[in-house]
Amino acid sequence: MITTVPQPTFAKWCYRAYVAAFFVYLALPLTVVCVFAFNNSVFPSLPWEGFTLAWFFGNEAPFIGVFHERAIIRSIGTSAFVAMWVSGLAVAVGTCNAFLFVRHSFRGKALLYMLMLLPLIIPGVILGISILVFSSSVANTLEDATGLWFDGLRPGLILVILGQFSFITTFATLVISARLQKFDPSLEEAALNLGASKLGAIRQITLPFLLPAIVASAVVSVLMSFENFNTTLMLVGSDSPLTITMFDKLKQGSTPVLNAVSLLLIMVSAVLGIMSLLFQSRKR
Amino acid sequence: MMPFFTLRGCNLSVSYPDLACSDLTKDFDAFRAVDRVSFEVPQGSFFSILGPSGCGKTTLLRMIAGFQSPTSGDLRIKGKSMIGVPPNKRPVSMVFQHLALFPTMNIGDNVGFGLRQRGVAKSEIKTRVAKVLERVGLPDVSQRRIDQISGGQKQRVAIARCMVLEPDVLLLDEPLGALDLKLREHMKVELKSLQSAFNTTFVYITHDQSEALVMSDNIAVMNKGRFEQIGTPHDVYHAPSTAFVAGFVGDANVINAKVSAVNGAMLTLTSNAGTEMKIDAPANGLSVGQCAQVFLRPEAIELGTATDGVNVSRGEVASVLFNGANSSVTVKDQSGDLLKVALPQTGSFANLRTGDSVFTRWDPKQARCYPASGT
Amino acid sequence: MTSDTSRLGFYLLLAPILLWLVVLIILPHVGLFIVSISEKIGPREYETGFANYAAFFNEPLYWRTFARTAIMSILATALTLILGFPIAYYIAKLTRGRTKTTLFLMCMIPFWVSELVRTFGWMILLRETGVISNALQYLGLVNGPVEMLYNDAAIMVGLVYTSILFMVVPLVTTLDSLDDSLIEAGYDLGGTSTSIMREIVIPHAMPGIVSGCIVVFMLSLGNYLTPILLGGKDSLWFTGMIYTQFITRFNWELGSAFGFLLLALSSLVVFAGLKLSRQSLTETMGRA
Repeated sequence: MITTVPQPTFAKWCYRAYVAAFFVYLALPLTVVCVFAFNNSVFPSLPWEGFTLAWFFGNEAPFIGVFHERAIIRSIGTSAFVAMWVSGLAVAVGTCNAFLFVRHSFRGKALLYMLMLLPLIIPGVILGISILVFSSSVANTLEDATGLWFDGLRPGLILVILGQFSFITTFATLVISARLQKFDPSLEEAALNLGASKLGAIRQITLPFLLPAIVASAVVSVLMSFENFNTTLMLVGSDSPLTITMFDKLKQGSTPVLNAVSLLLIMVSAVLGIMSLLFQSRKR
Repeated sequence: MMPFFTLRGCNLSVSYPDLACSDLTKDFDAFRAVDRVSFEVPQGSFFSILGPSGCGKTTLLRMIAGFQSPTSGDLRIKGKSMIGVPPNKRPVSMVFQHLALFPTMNIGDNVGFGLRQRGVAKSEIKTRVAKVLERVGLPDVSQRRIDQISGGQKQRVAIARCMVLEPDVLLLDEPLGALDLKLREHMKVELKSLQSAFNTTFVYITHDQSEALVMSDNIAVMNKGRFEQIGTPHDVYHAPSTAFVAGFVGDANVINAKVSAVNGAMLTLTSNAGTEMKIDAPANGLSVGQCAQVFLRPEAIELGTATDGVNVSRGEVASVLFNGANSSVTVKDQSGDLLKVALPQTGSFANLRTGDSVFTRWDPKQARCYPASGT
Repeated sequence: MTSDTSRLGFYLLLAPILLWLVVLIILPHVGLFIVSISEKIGPREYETGFANYAAFFNEPLYWRTFARTAIMSILATALTLILGFPIAYYIAKLTRGRTKTTLFLMCMIPFWVSELVRTFGWMILLRETGVISNALQYLGLVNGPVEMLYNDAAIMVGLVYTSILFMVVPLVTTLDSLDDSLIEAGYDLGGTSTSIMREIVIPHAMPGIVSGCIVVFMLSLGNYLTPILLGGKDSLWFTGMIYTQFITRFNWELGSAFGFLLLALSSLVVFAGLKLSRQSLTETMGRA
């Protein structure tokens, strides 16, 4: 039960075996995805036909590698574009929210805080359709009234960005608030006492203190945006982000190109994830 | 360690000490935390283990409770070896440093926890919990939550939670450490009276000498994994057997000196600064030319006007430290040694000021003298 | 501080959050509800009524899918809790320092990767020509290829896999905050492993259990990828029906009604979970 209380050896080994089995379960799907990216076969399945890098660099049918597959390269660009916007917006609004919730007390604060948490418990698909329905009806009304077209309110990248932003902001707010809560306000008072202006004190003292949390939440936002599927699916227009493109390809039948993309995604995600953890651990 | 072996079998009223350790040792890799410790605690007594942090006292206590297993040696409770017995099967209970009261249960459920584990009937648990809470002076709190009572009350609940199981030995791991000074003074007295009321053997560990001195029947002073001395509070204070005990228990002036003459038990020493001292120290094992450490309690030094005699020297008041009944002065003698001297509580010498000239005098029997460590 | 500048600052901070919550969360859901109670009676002509909800209750396929999704999600949540608790306990209580960080990191890495990639991995493992089928044949346990995809067990494996982190992380956090001395005190007072688990560890871990269960249930209920890809076309998951109404059938009114029902179910379960365990949303979710 705990290390200081002796336990039967057999029970201890059973427990360890279970934990080991669990980690195998965790690692298995990702491992096979990565391994089959190097299989010299047109299907990502056994038998093993030998090692190849064609699924990354090949440019002869049927071995078209990731780096020559237009649709995938373009959707990576789209995903990156969306992720940058979502991350920037979410961090900006999240920082404002953190200051609002930590530094101010006002009527209805508890209610507002609860509303802020709501996106966490609304299924992503519902978030997607509600924004889709709302923006379409606004577009219809505006078009009826003015006779102009409002493409931005129709399914497309703007809606995808707004849809992802609508729930990722909650995460950014929580991460940055947690850090701001640990900030000792007397540091800011000391800066004011030494002649800094209010904004100057925030810029020179508080924001540098918040920086690790801001960077960490930006990285997490990029990750969440990149891998989001449910909300994006409902709002996507003609330019599809990476997950949507991969989903469409997967429905047509899987090829090892998908393994190759997945391998790249796993590597990037792991690097970004560890980066965000490093930034958060610098808090102490 | 088993002095009653010969009586076994022919006398049914054989009594074993509640707790007996023999050559108990605990190694963590290369580090020896507890080094061949042996002691006995008779039934109904209050035994303290006093030592600085890191001396191994917590490890020792956790071995008694069963949370560490000794590397070698034996540990017996009422004559029964506890080696290999898991903590939930030992007849000892422990009051944890931060009490470890279960925050998810109310006070009644906390106190009744151990009885529930034994499968005692519900109605009986209720009466026994009520009874023990009354004995610790907290009737009618069983429905309250842990965070609704004060620090001192929590102490008593923690003790009640153990005592309701009627353990052979109660272990206490510096339970007063987290309390503020006033409450700590109060709880010292209370713990001692609870101990005699329950008539249970208490083993108490602390780094606070005054807790140990006030409450204990016997004190073991521990340093670097070993027991330096086991004795009554009076012995440990007035007849420390090692330099460590003399320095750790109570306040003392420490003077480094060299033995210049030996005359039976009477030693003549010269301090490093040049002051000559005479000390009556039987069986000290010191010889001429050896370096020694002299320990002299501030209250053993008299201020006066006598200008000659044994260990009389003239000095100048270097500073006055007013602290109510514990006021003292430091006196610098002619060779430059500083001595801390307690002011008599009668109020004489209350007018001493820095720079005043005084004579100090102390009895050769009052100082303790040990070979200097490291020579 | 009620000076004009700090007043101004306060409103400047209030503006973005209000804009976000009102425009992207509140109004869209109000809109969704309004659309769900609209009945189409002609081209661009609507009338208010509950016909869409009536359609849901009158068509067994709809409400059976709904019930099936709910039950499978509850099952997935229970399984995740049972499988995840020992892991969280192991990480929180039986490891220290480096090992702890490493194990925790190993738990997290799979979840930084897109759900699509994870599900794809399970497809490679489970399909007829997949790794597990081949391994079983190689070991001589089966004679021909076995199809393990496209059934409820495959959906369950995928759902548990997708959401287990959201169970393990809050559990590790709450179990970490359980002082070892409380467990030691339990043993010292004569408790056994079982009784200490029941009386000390689980009551202490309750907030983590509740928040883990809420998140896992929600993720399962709202999942689209796993049931579609691992369960096949006939997986009958309610989010799939919503998608069909919106994108394939273009029947937004019925789709909105479905969406609202799903939202109602998930809110109800969250509310019930919080009430049962006497927790509040703010303290359960706010610690993410």
